[in-house]
Amino acid sequence: MEASLYFLQQVINGLTIGSTYALIAIGYTMVYGIIGMINFAHGEIYMISTYVVFIVIAGLSMLGIDSTAFLIVAALLVAIVVASAHAFAVERVAYRPVRGSKRLIALISAIGMSIFLQNYILLAQGSRDKAIPSLLPGGWQFGGDGFAVNLSYMQVIIFVVTLVSMTVLALFISRSRLGRACRACSQDRGMANLLGINTDLVISMTFVIGAALAAVAGLLLGMYYGVVNPYIGFLAGLKAFTAAVLGGIGSIPGAVLGGLILGVAEALTGAYLSTEYNDVVSFGLLILILLFRPWGILGKPEVEKI
Amino acid sequence: MAMLDVINLTTHYGPIQALDEVSLSVGHGEIVTLVGSNGAGKTTLLMSICGDPKPTRGTIRFENEEIQGLPTSRIMRSGLSVVPEGRRIFTGMTVEENLAMGGYYRDKHEIAESTEYVLALFPRLKERYHQRGGTMSGGEQQMLAIGRALMSRPRLLLLDEPSLGLAPIVIAQIFEIIEKLRDEGTTIFLVEQNAHRALSIADRGYVLEHGRVVLADSGKALLANDEVRRAYLGG
Repeated sequence: MEASLYFLQQVINGLTIGSTYALIAIGYTMVYGIIGMINFAHGEIYMISTYVVFIVIAGLSMLGIDSTAFLIVAALLVAIVVASAHAFAVERVAYRPVRGSKRLIALISAIGMSIFLQNYILLAQGSRDKAIPSLLPGGWQFGGDGFAVNLSYMQVIIFVVTLVSMTVLALFISRSRLGRACRACSQDRGMANLLGINTDLVISMTFVIGAALAAVAGLLLGMYYGVVNPYIGFLAGLKAFTAAVLGGIGSIPGAVLGGLILGVAEALTGAYLSTEYNDVVSFGLLILILLFRPWGILGKPEVEKI
Repeated sequence: MAMLDVINLTTHYGPIQALDEVSLSVGHGEIVTLVGSNGAGKTTLLMSICGDPKPTRGTIRFENEEIQGLPTSRIMRSGLSVVPEGRRIFTGMTVEENLAMGGYYRDKHEIAESTEYVLALFPRLKERYHQRGGTMSGGEQQMLAIGRALMSRPRLLLLDEPSLGLAPIVIAQIFEIIEKLRDEGTTIFLVEQNAHRALSIADRGYVLEHGRVVLADSGKALLANDEVRRAYLGG
C-alpha cells in the first residue's frame, strides 16, 4: 500500500513536469514539421518568458496588486506577447535569410541565436537566480497510513492549463483556416505557395504559436520551481527536444506523449535511483530511440520520394 | 491582346540553362498545348510562369500585367492556377480540406459555391469527400488536383501532364473535362508528353526542344506535321 502510494506520487510529479516538457516540445515539433529545422533557440524563448513572468509579478506586487488571479493572468498575457515577439524576430533575422540553404547553416544560425539570447538576458538581468514568489501554496493530501500522496494546487493548475492549451491547439490546427494552412505547408510548402498561400506568413505564425506555448510553460514552471536564471532555457530546451524526438519529431500528439513519458521516467529515476541520474535516463532514452526507432513513437519513417 | 504572353523567357537552374529565349502566347478561351520530350523544359516553362523558379530574363504578361519577378503567392492570386506535375495533393488531408486550400484566400461563401461546382464536375470526389487524399487512386487524385486548382475560379488554368500514369479510360475522362472547362470559358495551357491527345483537343500548339520553341502551329497542323509525327507520335 505504502509502496504503491509512493509510486503514485512519483507518477503525479512526473506528469506535472512532463506536461510542461510537452508544451515546449510542441514548438520544436511544429517548426520542424514545417521547415525541417531544429530551432535550438526555442529553449531561450521559454527562459525569456519565465523572466517576463518574474518581472510582471514582481512589478505588479510592488504596485500593491495582490489578487493572485490577476497577477497570473497578467503575467501569462505579457509573457505570451513578449515571447511571440521574440520568436517572430528570431525567425525574421536569423532563419529566413538562410532558409533554402543547407540544413547545417540553419542549425548554426539557431545555435548562434540561442547563445545571443542567453547573453542578452545575462546582460539585462544578471546571472543570479531570481525568486518568483509562490502564489498558490498548499494542496490536497490523500491516504494516510505511513505515506500520504500530495497533490498541490500548482500541480492541478499545470494539468488544467496544459490540457486547455492542447485542446485549443488541436482545434486550431484541425479547424481553423490558418491551422489548415499550417498542415498544408508541413506536407508540401511549395504546393501551398502555388495555391496563393503566403507561406512566409504561415511560418511566422508557427513560430509565434510555439512561443506562446513556451510562454505558458514559462509561467507554469516559473511558479512551480519559484526560481529563474539565464541558464534554465538550455536544459529545458534540450529536454523538450528529446521529448519531441521521442514522440516522433513533426508529430504534435507525439510531442505530448514524448513529454509525458520523459517526465514520468525522470520522476521514477529520481525516486528509485537518484535525482542525479535524471539526465542520464532522459538522454539514454534519446539514444535508444535514435538507435532503434529514429522516427519516434508516433512519427512515420521518412520515405524517400521518387 | 493575348491573355498570357511569354516573351524571350530564359530560365536557369543554377548554372544550367533550362529555357532559351522562349516566346509564346495564349489567347482568351483557347486550349494551347506545349509538347516535347522529357527534359525539353516544358515543366520549367510552366513553373516559371508561376514564379518558381524565377526566370533569369524575359517578360511574362498575364492580362496585361507583368508578373515575372512577383512572389509566387501573389502571382497565384491574380486569376491563374496550376495543376502541377505529380499532382501534389495534400495526402494527409481530406478531399474537403484539399479543396478548401485551393480557395484559401476566398471567403466562406465563395468556397462553398466553388466546392459545389467542383463536386458537380467530379461526382467521384463527392463520394470521397471525407477521405484522405493519399488513400485515393491516381485518377481520383488527379481529379482532386484539378478540382483544387478550380477552387479559385481561375481565368487561366495551367496543367502539367494531367495524363501521366493514368489508365486510358481515366485519361479520356480528364481530357473531356479539359474541353468542358474551355467551353465554359476557362483558358487552358496544357503541357503534355501525350502529344497525340493534347494536340487533338488543342487550338494551337508549340513544340519545345532543348529549351527552345522549334515549331508553332494549330493543333491540327502539328498533328499532321511529319517531323512531329516522327519525333512525338511514334511515326
